Amino acid sequence: MATVSCPECAAELTLVEGTEVGELIVCSDCGVDLEVTSLQPAAVQLAPREEEDWGE
Amino acid sequence: MQPRMKFGVLYSRVRVEEKWIFGALEKRGIDYERLDDRSIHFDLDHSASWQQYDVVLERSLSYNSGLYALRLLNAFGVPTVNTAAVAEVCGDKLMTSAALARDGVPQPHNAVAFSPEAALEAIEAFGYPVVLKPVVGSWGRLLAKINDRDAAEAVLEHKSTLGSVQHSVFYIQEYIEKPGRDIRAIVIGDSVLTAMYRKSEHWITNTARGGEGELCPITPDIEDLCLRAAKSVGGGVLAVDLVEHPEKGLVVNEINHTMEFHTMQPVSGVDIAGEIVEYAMSVAREYA
Repeated sequence: MATVSCPECAAELTLVEGTEVGELIVCSDCGVDLEVTSLQPAAVQLAPREEEDWGE
Repeated sequence: MQPRMKFGVLYSRVRVEEKWIFGALEKRGIDYERLDDRSIHFDLDHSASWQQYDVVLERSLSYNSGLYALRLLNAFGVPTVNTAAVAEVCGDKLMTSAALARDGVPQPHNAVAFSPEAALEAIEAFGYPVVLKPVVGSWGRLLAKINDRDAAEAVLEHKSTLGSVQHSVFYIQEYIEKPGRDIRAIVIGDSVLTAMYRKSEHWITNTARGGEGELCPITPDIEDLCLRAAKSVGGGVLAVDLVEHPEKGLVVNEINHTMEFHTMQPVSGVDIAGEIVEYAMSVAREYA
């Protein structure tokens, strides 16, 4: 399983099997929302802030 | 042999719902493309690349991006789930209320005003408490329960001073003493698929705000009201939110057109993602 480093706190995070590009994960150390931007190689970035017109 | 169907799925984030939808498409062997709304662009002189899709399923997080994409796709002749017309009505609480009022579908008492002064006058006429809601937005954000005139004056001033221009559309709704829960029903086409109570001690019962889900039996009243509500806004794949009003009985609170169902699917055991895909396939066949 691929590991990534949290851009906020540098924690090492493991991407579980079935993770998809565009999925959100939460850093288990600092709690920040991260978006998976690539699987090969594994990469994450800070998720964009919620916008006013977001929703269901 | 029929040509193979091609789906587009417009999305912003791969939430669990999108994962389930992708899985349902793959299970059915449907050729589909993932269309990240942050990466795509529409060249209005070249619509052919979009016309390859038999149907596009819209799952954008951003109401504006989703709505404009649907408008363009529908203008290009591409069938969508839902249609731009449905998104226009459901994405704006005032438009939804207007459609329900037009068709006599029971809903809470609502009023709208375009200035803080007129809004205050309308609120005073309602009596306290009342609820102020943004016309666009979701997940129970920026809802304000106004308990007295002081609070009304403060919130109205904040909204008109700090909010975007849309916050100066003051949408006022009666406060309903609900029994610690509301009801969310999933309507797909002509059928009410499943319903769930959303329970919370807080007056905002969205599961996005921590409300808990519990299966709700689909009574004839619930079914009838949901189908009338869905028809009123144009139909498609919808989540109809109902409230048990102490005097009026069941009323329609709002209708979502790109609903989340991460609580609903496991609670109900219904394959909602699969049903959405089946419905989108039927829309594609209808326009083929």
